[in-house]
Amino acid sequence: MSTTTAAAPVRTQSAPAPKHPPGHEPVHNYLLEPGPSPDVRGLARVWPTVKAWVTTVDHKRIGVMYLFAVSFFFAVAGIAALLVRAELMNPGSDFLTADEYNRMFTLHGVMMVFLFIVPSIPGSLGNFVLPIMLGVKDVAFPKLNLASFYVFIAGASIAVYAILSGGIDTGWTFYTPYSDETNTAVLPMTMAVFVAGFASILTGINFIVTIHKMRAPGLTWNRLPLFIWALYAVSIVQVLATPVVGITMILLAMERLLNIGIFDPALGGDPVLFQHFFWFYSHPAVYIMILPAFGVISELMGTFSRQKVFGYRAIALSSVAIAMLGFLVWGHHMFVSGQSPLSSIVFSLITFLIGVPSGIKVLNWVWTMYRGSVWLTTPMLYALSFLFLFTIGGLTGIMVGTLAVDVHLHDTYFVVAHFHYVMMGGTVMAMIGGLFYWWPKMFGRMMSETWGRISAGVVFFGFNMTFFTQFILGSQGMPRRYFTYLPEYHDLHQVSTIGSWFLGLGLLLVLGNMIWSLFKGKPAPGNPWGAATLEWTHATSPPDHHNFHRTPLVTHGPYDYGVLFSGDGYSGDGAGGDGSGGDGSRGPAPIPNPELGAPQEMEKSIDLGLAQPKPSRD
Amino acid sequence: MEREGTFWLPPQSSTTAHEVDALFYFILVMSVIIQVGVTYYLVKFAWKYRRRSHADRPVDVHPSKWLEISWVVVPTLLVFVVFFWGFKAFVSAGIAPDNAYQIHVVGKKWLWEFEYPDGTTSVGDLYVPVGEPIELIMTSTDVLHSFYVPEFRVKHDAIPNRYTTIWFEVKEEGEYQVLCTEYCGTAHSEMYAKVHAVDRGTFNDWLRTGGGNDNLPLNQLGELLYTKQACNNCHSVDGSSGIGPSWQGLWQAARPGSDEGVADANYIRTSIVNPNAYIVEGYQGAMPAYPNLTDRELNGLVAYIRDINGAWTAADSAAANDSTVVPADTLDVPTPDGDAELAPAD
Repeated sequence: MSTTTAAAPVRTQSAPAPKHPPGHEPVHNYLLEPGPSPDVRGLARVWPTVKAWVTTVDHKRIGVMYLFAVSFFFAVAGIAALLVRAELMNPGSDFLTADEYNRMFTLHGVMMVFLFIVPSIPGSLGNFVLPIMLGVKDVAFPKLNLASFYVFIAGASIAVYAILSGGIDTGWTFYTPYSDETNTAVLPMTMAVFVAGFASILTGINFIVTIHKMRAPGLTWNRLPLFIWALYAVSIVQVLATPVVGITMILLAMERLLNIGIFDPALGGDPVLFQHFFWFYSHPAVYIMILPAFGVISELMGTFSRQKVFGYRAIALSSVAIAMLGFLVWGHHMFVSGQSPLSSIVFSLITFLIGVPSGIKVLNWVWTMYRGSVWLTTPMLYALSFLFLFTIGGLTGIMVGTLAVDVHLHDTYFVVAHFHYVMMGGTVMAMIGGLFYWWPKMFGRMMSETWGRISAGVVFFGFNMTFFTQFILGSQGMPRRYFTYLPEYHDLHQVSTIGSWFLGLGLLLVLGNMIWSLFKGKPAPGNPWGAATLEWTHATSPPDHHNFHRTPLVTHGPYDYGVLFSGDGYSGDGAGGDGSGGDGSRGPAPIPNPELGAPQEMEKSIDLGLAQPKPSRD
Repeated sequence: MEREGTFWLPPQSSTTAHEVDALFYFILVMSVIIQVGVTYYLVKFAWKYRRRSHADRPVDVHPSKWLEISWVVVPTLLVFVVFFWGFKAFVSAGIAPDNAYQIHVVGKKWLWEFEYPDGTTSVGDLYVPVGEPIELIMTSTDVLHSFYVPEFRVKHDAIPNRYTTIWFEVKEEGEYQVLCTEYCGTAHSEMYAKVHAVDRGTFNDWLRTGGGNDNLPLNQLGELLYTKQACNNCHSVDGSSGIGPSWQGLWQAARPGSDEGVADANYIRTSIVNPNAYIVEGYQGAMPAYPNLTDRELNGLVAYIRDINGAWTAADSAAANDSTVVPADTLDVPTPDGDAELAPAD
């Protein structure tokens, strides 16, 4: 059965004009189906459309809803960050009081961490791409997936309530005993974190089961795309670590409500215990934040270098190694907190060990370009930005992981700059790169390449101007979370604040580009980048409601770009352990024109008699 | 010798600072080398192998075992070097010499209080002799604070119900800034103190006079205490509102609920030694108690408040010794939590 006939006994949605390139026309668009039929017009479309979306169990729609939700929180928390920076333009009070400032940076931290960055890549790109990459119709537990989104929204709503009811001024770390005695909205905010944590756990369970049990025929562990490896490692961390922060928040709430002395010294508790509990989750959490970005970067470096990712196995296994070691380094946040020096020494050592796999990854990514054919598209520019910025973030991580040096640098702007280089220079850059990369697949539209490149440049410049100055501020002794500061830090603060405006402008350009493309973007072919993973080779843009009409048959590794262009790409059953399928990968890998797209491999599939999707109930 | 900082780091004013700095610069240089290397290859490959036509053909690359092994082994060796170096410096900076001069430090919202072995106390000003190891034994009475002197490269949290220590030896005389680096609320960023490193003779004189302000007129003593006891962190003298009520306009202001209904000398004195006795409308009782002030110091503060409100004349200075305030021992002064023994849990 050809997939392009419209003889199916279901409504077909014609693709939006202008037409997609020949051979790349989507048949059923998941954005429109299930939903009201095309002859329903005007306002009558609204309710059926809304109903179809809020009750969907389609991982793609859930991914899109996650994308909008986390983008919203990124915008709100980003505005808070701009206000924080603006207030720091001069010492003393410009337009915020000290208490307002404290609430503002806490809002920025809590929202960015718990409502944006933890769910960002797994929730949006992960939910959308993972099942298609594996050649499945949907994740293992579709309803659980929708539940995870609603749990996330519930947690986010409680957080918004906490902010509207006066905010919270503890910093995102909620350190006791300050969080025991402050009369701001600690209870709702801790409950928000508690609830949102379940969304993380549900997503993790879903991914683990899907990866283990549902891969398409031929998709061996050695042929898994590295994005999947990264999400697999992340899911393990999410499932194991998140309960700890949930319990910690419950304990804190019990202490505030019932005066049970757990952390509060006035009640016989131990405030340092809270820090242990908190970081036992929150350090693994920083790997929850960065590992998906590693996965995205692997995909980008492969596709845009037209070259197999160098050291496939090293990258795959280092993700898992980082996930495991990530549980054993929490104490490096506490070198000057009163934990025993012996603990500090052990934590410092393991921290250095975890630095090595991250370094291996960076070098592998750089070497992926070696003798490739580097295609400097917007996603690639973001990936290269990532490599540059994340390397700085990683090296300064060695700096703050060193015992004696950390005593000087702890709780200064050096740490702030370090984790922003990792989180924003790492995760956010990778996420934007990934969005530019998968946008055509998600929405069937190309983004503006020119404006994309301009935005990459502005973001890169603004980011460095904002945060590199903070390294110098920090090593000169400027502490974190300061509403005002000594005059000697004035100049660098001004530079940093002006940089934040450039950064904000760059991110606005990205947002504008996305909105523009939804309405005006050129229709995307099924495989604009000539990539070799299943979501590009076997699915249309945007994909059908069920992703595939036949079960895809995987015949080569995820980065064997040559196979697409050399006709017969069967490469035997080679499982060389390098992500390649064996000999079939030896071939040219020309670069396609993104507007016309590269060949797909729809024919490489197994017809299980499912060629005709059943009519879906509205 | 002029204290000189560098582009990256403040001046090295303690004897242990150079160790930290040497390691900092070692890691910095290594990092720059690695960063430059990565960036060089990043740019080189991106440029050299950039696409030239749609039909561009990449060459198949066989992974090189040696290359991969090298970039596992070399970073591992480097981080071990850094770890051991950091470990050594950490241990040496963490253990105070036996002959260290011990000073007790209490952090509270939002000031640092210092108590010397002879019972002298000061707030916001830590006087230490130059060239002798000083050990600070720190605790907190409310939330976490962290005692940080950038120029000494020392930092440690002050934790309620627990003692933590740091030590340093100042190399030359001068004033050094103390900052709080553990977030502690509203005035976290203004919890300043100064370390005054002086020669031993000056230090002994300072100790003997209990801070050296025996023969000041009362109102000037009050003015000195206003900053010295860190009152200025919360109370302004120009009428602007802060964490606490401004002292401008305080004298004889209506204070419903107090004995006289106005802010008189007794009211002010009680408010200092037992701040929770009267809470002014619109403010929270955030002020710590000051039970350690002498009668003369309390009188000085009252005099200063009268002075800035225009209710103080030279005649008052002369008559100050006959002031009619209640002696401190008849007031019900609570013991602040920080000095309390750890009570066994019931």
